[in-house]
Amino acid sequence: MGLREFVLTRSINIFHVSSGSCNNCDIEILDALTPRFDLERFGLVLVGSIKHADIMLCTGSCNRLAVPIIKKLYETMPKPGFVVVYGACGCSRGLFKDSYNTLAPLDEIIPVDAYIPGCPPKPEATIAALVKLVGKVRAGKDIRS
Amino acid sequence: MTALLYIFAFLIFPGLLFSGSMGLLVGWIDRKVTARLQWRVGPPWYQNFLDLIKLALYKETLIPSGVSGAMFLGMPVLALTSATLVSTILFLINGSPRTGFIGDVIVVVYLLLIPAVALILGGFASANSLASLGSSREMKLMLSYELPFILALIVVIMKCGCAIRLGDIIMYQRSHGDIFMNPSGGISFFVMLICIQAKLGFVPFDMPEAETEIMAGAYIEYSGKALAIFKLARAVLLFVIPVFLITLYFGGIKLSLDGLVKAMIEYLLILILMIVVKNTNPRVRIDQAMKFFWGVVTVLALLSLALAYLGR
Repeated sequence: MGLREFVLTRSINIFHVSSGSCNNCDIEILDALTPRFDLERFGLVLVGSIKHADIMLCTGSCNRLAVPIIKKLYETMPKPGFVVVYGACGCSRGLFKDSYNTLAPLDEIIPVDAYIPGCPPKPEATIAALVKLVGKVRAGKDIRS
Repeated sequence: MTALLYIFAFLIFPGLLFSGSMGLLVGWIDRKVTARLQWRVGPPWYQNFLDLIKLALYKETLIPSGVSGAMFLGMPVLALTSATLVSTILFLINGSPRTGFIGDVIVVVYLLLIPAVALILGGFASANSLASLGSSREMKLMLSYELPFILALIVVIMKCGCAIRLGDIIMYQRSHGDIFMNPSGGISFFVMLICIQAKLGFVPFDMPEAETEIMAGAYIEYSGKALAIFKLARAVLLFVIPVFLITLYFGGIKLSLDGLVKAMIEYLLILILMIVVKNTNPRVRIDQAMKFFWGVVTVLALLSLALAYLGR
């Protein structure tokens, strides 16, 4: 593990995108930052602008209106950047699988690095997924970005 | 030879390297105390260094399309340069109070203003509606806090027998006692403390970069190296402004063991007071801030000015 991998995995800024979620996942993301779990210990903070972000955390079923916005946000993110899908809707469209309004799951629109299933996922699941992503980056498997 | 010494002073010792790394450490104190106040553990001491290294070395620097690149990328450099210059001037004069030039207090005040101006111009240059909103708020905030800030500074200058050299202010306090101990000095220190809270963009007055409403304000389009330089400039300012206050009100930093310890304790007290105020207050609106600064705070500053005029 070189300096690059260490720095990239110890200083993580998360930008949170909601593509038509029911707000349950969004609140659960904030729970992971509360004193009980305190993700800032590991250098993980939520940021307000995609230009400051390292991880794009996507919630929601990714409906037709959100697709161009999500593509644009992914292109705007400074590389190296990673995409994490949060919640059942984002991973597989969940309840909205047969809806006229959701055409494809998120990983068919932009490349996805980690999945966090659940409706909503627990903060422990969030932390587990981030640990897996950190392991992936430290092993040097982030060639794409 | 002196030119080389000054370049060394600007780049290494009291300048960029020293004040930058001290600023990042002080930024960690800010994050750690905030975390403890919220009953969390908080990040390790090197967290801010990692953030900066990541932005500076490993992230892309994006320039929005249709934006003047020189303006957009030049402003962070301007902010960092002037903040570093303040630190260089302050520490050199604290080291040997007989040096300096007439009017260097005024130069320091203007140099402390430049990072805010650079942020305003950078925000307007980035062609983003939220950034220009942040810039306009920053401009209004600057207009409101500069008036009491300069009035409080005039109190110090008056108490020191109209000295506009930092060296004279320090020498006066070494022979006559700290200005903070006078009634007028105490009130003007309090005014100054409120003003630097706004100058540093700390919470009751952080509407220029309100994360929850305008998404980091003027910083919104900055990424990679440009953002890193802006963050470094903020860190240097966070380190340097309390030192400026110590110079004005507590007789500067004496180069002896007990002098350094005294300066350190004063520094930490000012810093922790600012952090506690930051963590126990909600954000005010921009009109409330203007009313506050031009009302209560200016009246307090005028009161201390009157007391200073009466020789108190």
